[in-house]
Amino acid sequence: MENIVVIGGGVSGLEAAGQLARMGYSVTVAEKNEKTGGNVKNWYHLFPDRRDSKEVIDYLNKLASHPDIKILTGKEITEISSRNGKFDIKSSDGTVLEADAVIVATGFELFDSRRKEEYGYGIYDNVITSADLEKMFRSGGVRLVNGKLPEKVGFIHCVGSRDEKVGNYYCSKLCCVTAVKQAIEIKEKIPGAEIFCFYMDMRMGGPYYEELYREAQEKYGITFIRGKVSEISVNINGKLVTKAEDTLAGRPLRMELDMVVLMVGTEMPEGNIKLAERSLLKCSENRFFKPVDNHYGSNLSGKKGIFYAGCCVAQMNITESISHARAAVSEVVNYLKNR
Amino acid sequence: MKEPENKRIWSEYQKEIADDHFFYVRSCIRQSFFPGSEQFFLKMMREILGKDIYENPSHTTCTGIGYHTDIVPFETIMTVIARHFALMKEAGYRNIAISCVTSFGIYTEIIETWKHFPETLEKTREYLYKATGREFDVPENMAHTSDIVYKFRNEIAAKAKYRLVNRFTGEPLKVVEHIGCHYSKMFPKYGVGGAEFPKVLSGMIEAWGGQVIDYPERRHCCGFGFRQYIVQANRGYSLSNSVKKFESMKPYKPDFIITNCPGCNMFMDRWQYAMREMEGKTYGENGLSIPVLTYEEVAGLVLGINPWELGLQYHMVQSEPLLDKIGIEYNPSDKYLTKDGIRIPAPENLINIK
Repeated sequence: MENIVVIGGGVSGLEAAGQLARMGYSVTVAEKNEKTGGNVKNWYHLFPDRRDSKEVIDYLNKLASHPDIKILTGKEITEISSRNGKFDIKSSDGTVLEADAVIVATGFELFDSRRKEEYGYGIYDNVITSADLEKMFRSGGVRLVNGKLPEKVGFIHCVGSRDEKVGNYYCSKLCCVTAVKQAIEIKEKIPGAEIFCFYMDMRMGGPYYEELYREAQEKYGITFIRGKVSEISVNINGKLVTKAEDTLAGRPLRMELDMVVLMVGTEMPEGNIKLAERSLLKCSENRFFKPVDNHYGSNLSGKKGIFYAGCCVAQMNITESISHARAAVSEVVNYLKNR
Repeated sequence: MKEPENKRIWSEYQKEIADDHFFYVRSCIRQSFFPGSEQFFLKMMREILGKDIYENPSHTTCTGIGYHTDIVPFETIMTVIARHFALMKEAGYRNIAISCVTSFGIYTEIIETWKHFPETLEKTREYLYKATGREFDVPENMAHTSDIVYKFRNEIAAKAKYRLVNRFTGEPLKVVEHIGCHYSKMFPKYGVGGAEFPKVLSGMIEAWGGQVIDYPERRHCCGFGFRQYIVQANRGYSLSNSVKKFESMKPYKPDFIITNCPGCNMFMDRWQYAMREMEGKTYGENGLSIPVLTYEEVAGLVLGINPWELGLQYHMVQSEPLLDKIGIEYNPSDKYLTKDGIRIPAPENLINIK
């Protein structure tokens, strides 16, 4: 039986593995973390319909529990090399997996907010990331470090995205709608809270995103301020003094908030950049893997037998990741049949 | 700031500062407004720290104030700086010590420009050679004079006679540090500790026993801001920036302010007079104003130098309440005696007079 190695056990990786196994292939999934599920497993509810992420994880786990799928966790792949039509996939523990084809589904990692020192993440209490907020939702409550409920909460969009200073020109695509979803969730949990979203542009390019955005304003009274936050500091009462420019009103703005949520963007993991270098795979200017064509070849790496699935090439939501993974499977099957 | 993060940020902004043999360049305003600072800095370098520091009397202003007010074009200021580098080369020095934050910002901007646009460096070489017949090298090491004091802060602490501690309470003095916008906001890598949480002054304060206040407007402009002040019609804007900063620091009850930049020192000192006259407001404890000292003056105080030799009497806000708090000995009757023992008249309307 032909064996395919899928690098990455997130949404795309597990979807691709499941679909390949259904078609009669033997699949090995190499996941660098101790658990599969990628970034989604760290999220509480998903946009736009706010379903529990566990439902998606359950679907993926069920799909991947096929007898012809072997899942190896704690295995970080460092290099892919080819030899007589076969592939050797080396991992950091020194072991080598052999495969007839490879799907790279290594996804993204979240931007490290500490790089934006002016926002004070890790420096000031109650400056958290969108991922931290999801953990709070899951554990039952949104609380300040002192245990109290926040009365004023700010969301800062585009942290690590569209930001020349950190070298990320691209839009991370998933954060705008996440902020809207999270703002609504806070408002539901703490109805008296005042919520402010500081944005550059609201990019609501997905099904039901715009509707969610409208609902956030009309039903939940969330305030959206067009302008970037320049810095956050703490005053003597422990409030987060937030400075921004309201570009619609055309004037600077300063307010005291109890909690600030940084909408962190996505980045190509450093390990994948090294994987690309060692395996002679090309990366785009945004450092993600570069497919041979953005329209009709987005699963093709340019090296025969190596394919891409999901967010390792571009920002995708879960729906798109699953579709992209299925498309990768189609390319793999085509390759194996015609090689 | 939480300690682990403080250490992490700090570890990312290490700056190499030369150990000895400095070519010194002056500020335009420092020696006029508080002349003791420069005198003491050179004395400390030579006599206390045993370093070689050389000043060529024919070096000029960097023309930074002219540049920031659109009077001096960039090509001109690059050539002026190149001339300083030529004087340095001729004197056999490779490490430059710049004693003004405005100048320091100019030097960093020019060196970065030359790095990114090498044709501008070549043009500057040509201009300087045509104008003066001189040639220059880019310095191997560039430090602001506060960087050098920072580097030797522990040596100073080891020789200190006083610590920045309130002798009545035993608590560390609470200090506002102000590094000045042009020190590292443009190029964080040139500043000790970067731009957001700079260490250059806070490192000194901590080494000498004080405690730095992290207040909301810590990074805000002192109020100088060149055009805010130099264009007369904008002076209200200059003052309003200073008010914002002082309002923000007031709840923390600072014992004194330490400054990096001659301009900042002057404005934070003199505007306290203006704010008191205009609004009747003071920002220190018990109705007093907050003394604003340079880092050289603070170093001199902890080393036990006579406050009048350091020139503290030349500030608007007088420092006696602070000296008493630290327990520094001084003779009030010597305050306005020159080195030759001549008594000069005391200025009027000083603040914090006992």
